[in-house]
Amino acid sequence: MFYREAGDFSTTYSQDSQTFPIKFDRYRYYVVLAVAFLVVPFFINDYWANAVFVPFLIYAIAAIGLNILTGYCGQVSLGTGGFMAVGAYACYKLMTGFPDVSIVIHVLLSGGITAAVVTLFGLPSLRIKGFYLAVATLAAQFFLVWLFNKVSWFYNYSASGQISAPERSVFGVIVTGPNTEAWAKYLICLVFVTFCAIVARNLTRGSVGRKWMAIRDMDIAAEIIGVNPMAAKLTAFMVSGFFVGIAGALFFAVYLGAAEANDSFGIDKSFLVLFMVIIGGLGSIFGSFAGAAFMVLLPVLLKNVLVGGLGWPTDLAAHLQFIISGSLIIIFLIMEPHGLAQLWRLAKEKLRLWPFPH
Amino acid sequence: MPDQLLFAMEVTLNGLMAGVLYALVALGFVLIFKASGIFNYAQGVMALFAALTLVGIMDGQVPFAHLINAVFGTDIHHFGWHVPALLAIFLTMVVMVALAWAVQRFIFRHLVNQEPILLFMATIGLAFVMEGVGDIMWGADIKKLDVGLPQGINEWIDITTFEAFGYGFFIDNLDISATIVAIILVAALIAFSQYTKQGRALRAVADDHQAALSVGISLNFIWILVWSIAGFVALVAGIMWGAKSGVQFSLSLIALKALPVLMLGGFTSIPGAIIGGLIIGVGEKLFEFLIGPMVGGATENWFAYVLALLFLVFRPQGLFGEKIIERV
Repeated sequence: MFYREAGDFSTTYSQDSQTFPIKFDRYRYYVVLAVAFLVVPFFINDYWANAVFVPFLIYAIAAIGLNILTGYCGQVSLGTGGFMAVGAYACYKLMTGFPDVSIVIHVLLSGGITAAVVTLFGLPSLRIKGFYLAVATLAAQFFLVWLFNKVSWFYNYSASGQISAPERSVFGVIVTGPNTEAWAKYLICLVFVTFCAIVARNLTRGSVGRKWMAIRDMDIAAEIIGVNPMAAKLTAFMVSGFFVGIAGALFFAVYLGAAEANDSFGIDKSFLVLFMVIIGGLGSIFGSFAGAAFMVLLPVLLKNVLVGGLGWPTDLAAHLQFIISGSLIIIFLIMEPHGLAQLWRLAKEKLRLWPFPH
Repeated sequence: MPDQLLFAMEVTLNGLMAGVLYALVALGFVLIFKASGIFNYAQGVMALFAALTLVGIMDGQVPFAHLINAVFGTDIHHFGWHVPALLAIFLTMVVMVALAWAVQRFIFRHLVNQEPILLFMATIGLAFVMEGVGDIMWGADIKKLDVGLPQGINEWIDITTFEAFGYGFFIDNLDISATIVAIILVAALIAFSQYTKQGRALRAVADDHQAALSVGISLNFIWILVWSIAGFVALVAGIMWGAKSGVQFSLSLIALKALPVLMLGGFTSIPGAIIGGLIIGVGEKLFEFLIGPMVGGATENWFAYVLALLFLVFRPQGLFGEKIIERV
């Protein structure tokens, strides 16, 4: 009824190859953007920003990054937490080293630095694959966290071993440090998310993305039809590292304010982001958002229902969260390996025909 | 002999003992991987779960006491009895077999013929579920596990080495018993797989699923069997680790070290798991002893992984693994 391509004619090539060729999709996208940019900032308060929106947006960037590596290129990584730490510490060193440069440039630069580090750790992927590679990325996770804990240069020799974000502003609005307004935190993250999502979406539907998918589906066949596996894999690691680095920088500078490598970027972060990608949908940008939203909302929901509603102790809710997210992973892998994104695709398929059966 | 060398020898010996414990966990991985092609990330958590269950049964804890108390407002904790260690081990084994059945029935039966990497991710999910269930069932506090194994410094070694070198080696009795148990366990496993009907079926399945199926071996049964054996190995590992450092969450992280052990030894080789474990154990202790002070210590957290990573670049199949052949 509402969702169909009938009557939607493209008269130029650019119309035909745009990101959302179907009118309904396009308008939905504009509406979501308009609500996110023009409506939410006026209603957001500290609780919603800190508990839901800011972590959701930041994890969405990390999930997009991991999705490019795992979902599009098929290289499983368990080092996301460590890579986020690279972004965070790079951002900290840049912020304290060059206080006059804009924070936006710092975040982008930390993305670049992380990209370089991740590419370095991606080098073994040229020789090993599958879970061998997953274990190799575990090496990155443990090594990087240890490095940031032990080498005091990274945290400017502070006594506590913590890094804390100094106050920085964009266009006169404070975006980091303890005095940040909720809407400022939200907006800066939103801008980065929008940027990352557009870049990722366009990369994945271009020739680079097709090469990644060819490698994922069957690397030998891809090599035979002329995809350079080294270039494809390393670009996937690089692009993924860039996004994960941005996520790490924002996570530290905007969301946490103060961080310590082991607590904030431990192996549980790696699994959290991996779960987002699996539940949301491997190989889908929308899925990264859906998965991030799901995994951010789940503990909030459990906490409100179990602790707030039923009066259970918090540790019980935390353990239940383990069980629920673990079982969801298994259920999704069994029932719908393509995650929430596939459910959304099926829903759209149904909408297209509705109200007629065929 | 110079002091440094003696220290290094002591560190090496202790590393060997630690390596035995890594090898115990790695053994469980190898068993499951050989028989079903599943890379079982949850092996470490299985060891934790087994140890938690054992402590819970021995102390007569009420399972899910915390949850029951929260839901019904009651205040129950213990049944008030103490189960002797051997009986408790037996009961824990029953729980592990039930777990093996459940894992097979509810998870992996539905995932037959999927890509290995999907199975791997499913075992990560399984690890989370078991962690949560273990904590809810028995409580998340650190528990002491004592099944009557000797603990503390071995006097005899201390005195003998003191007389020989003028410096007494510190070797924990527990490590010695762990080594002996590990040797018995490996011998029993080898005997089982060589001389029993079930063991032969197990080897057949590991060799070729379809051929095994066609001569009438029940894959379902073998998979439950192999998960049960892995559960048993996990129980032994859990007892040893638990007696050493208390039953707590970090147990599952220590057990993660079995992964680099496998990388070194190769996924499909039982001797590989043992030798890999010894190499990692000695390597990380020596590295911490020699290089650690220069770089700030705590290198044990990552040394094993980085060693495995470097090793993989040169020999992807590990020391004893079968050569990886790519077929199109």
